[in-house]
Amino acid sequence: MAIPKVARSLYGRHFVDALDFTCEEYESLFSLSSAVVRSPLEFTAICRGKLMATLFFEPSTRTRLSFEAAMVRLGGQVISVADPQTSSAAKGESVADTIRTVAGYADLIVMRHPKEGAAKLAALYSPVPLINGGDGAREHPTQTLTDLFTIKSSLGTLDELTVVFCGDLRYGRTVHSLIRALSRYRGTRFFLVSPEELRLPGTLKEEIRGQGLEFQETERLEDALPHAHVLYMTRVQKERFFNEEDYLRLKDAYVVTAERLSALNDGAIIMHPLPRVSEIATEVDEDRRAVYFHQARLGMYARMSLIVHLLGVV
Amino acid sequence: MLRVDAIQEGIVLDHIRAGTGLRIFEELGLGKTGYTVALLMNVPSTKLGRKDMIKISGVLDLDLTLLGLLDPGISVNHIENGQVNKKINPGLPERVEGFIRCKNPRCITSIEPSAQVLFTLVRAAAKEYQCFYCGERVRV
Repeated sequence: MAIPKVARSLYGRHFVDALDFTCEEYESLFSLSSAVVRSPLEFTAICRGKLMATLFFEPSTRTRLSFEAAMVRLGGQVISVADPQTSSAAKGESVADTIRTVAGYADLIVMRHPKEGAAKLAALYSPVPLINGGDGAREHPTQTLTDLFTIKSSLGTLDELTVVFCGDLRYGRTVHSLIRALSRYRGTRFFLVSPEELRLPGTLKEEIRGQGLEFQETERLEDALPHAHVLYMTRVQKERFFNEEDYLRLKDAYVVTAERLSALNDGAIIMHPLPRVSEIATEVDEDRRAVYFHQARLGMYARMSLIVHLLGVV
Repeated sequence: MLRVDAIQEGIVLDHIRAGTGLRIFEELGLGKTGYTVALLMNVPSTKLGRKDMIKISGVLDLDLTLLGLLDPGISVNHIENGQVNKKINPGLPERVEGFIRCKNPRCITSIEPSAQVLFTLVRAAAKEYQCFYCGERVRV
């Protein structure tokens, strides 16, 4: 199988914000991701001799494993900080200095950091491509890449879709990034389902309005489900709360069960960035519309495509 | 009527909103520069009713970004040989480096010494700026 033509414009670039890339550049990423899904063996040596550093200053299981699996499957190698508590940051080294040092060892850096804007700062100092693996509550662009690729693969298009976001829309960074990214596609409509305390921030609502897109806010999932092409569930994240009482009060605000899903169209998909806590009942896993574990797998392929593009190895 | 002599070389900050002059004087550190400086407050003005003015003798360069932020309606008159050589209305600056602090405790600038704090203007009517790093908005 021939490897598809890729967007050269991504070579050497950083990926800090989901909107750093144009829709055309995303198309190139999707196209190569699909090629990897179809013929993974074609890509097993494409990154031979390349080294990726993963710097996770905040706990992560799946994002880090997904990146590392992606690089290893491409034939590249990975170095990483085993434990942020014992890393240079714990000794007081600045992010800027850490990045400049690590860039001397690796061809590509993936960084997750608890502070908002950390990746933007790191990119200013990194001479090699830097991928934001999540910076506080702000951005998680490769989750957005994963989500867009999952929707495109499952529904065949990113245009004219009604997307229902449910759960923590205030602190959920995957939601913010995905809403911004979907706002660039034709005819997107949003339903925003959350308790009042966890509503989408006003600035983001202004952005959606500014794009001339439709959205409805509601506290009732039932109002939104019959319209959905995509139901995007999120976890209420304990680490984003200053106050444990607020967390306990809101964590079970919305739980999706098989019974509730009878209102969802047959052709719709149910997504979740994972990890799930209790917001989707395990009985839903058997529903063929539930794509969240498939979504996690597609995330690895999407990251493989991203690495190939940024390193310019095809 | 109180009179202050015209200066030969220097800068006159005119049309300062009444009551703002002292803050501008302090933010520019004019008390420590050694220049001859006159701060006039509540001067009658046909345009503003009352205004503040600052005359600085000898200096020909000031941080216009800072002035625009403190009072975008200000006039900066450059005086050479006793004449107004150049008149600038700084307005609200598009970019502000290092003057505004990000109030978001989760922002990287709260812990990173190398981060050059940078804000960009997002809504001039509301004097609203946005942190380059975390996106937090502040009104100045």
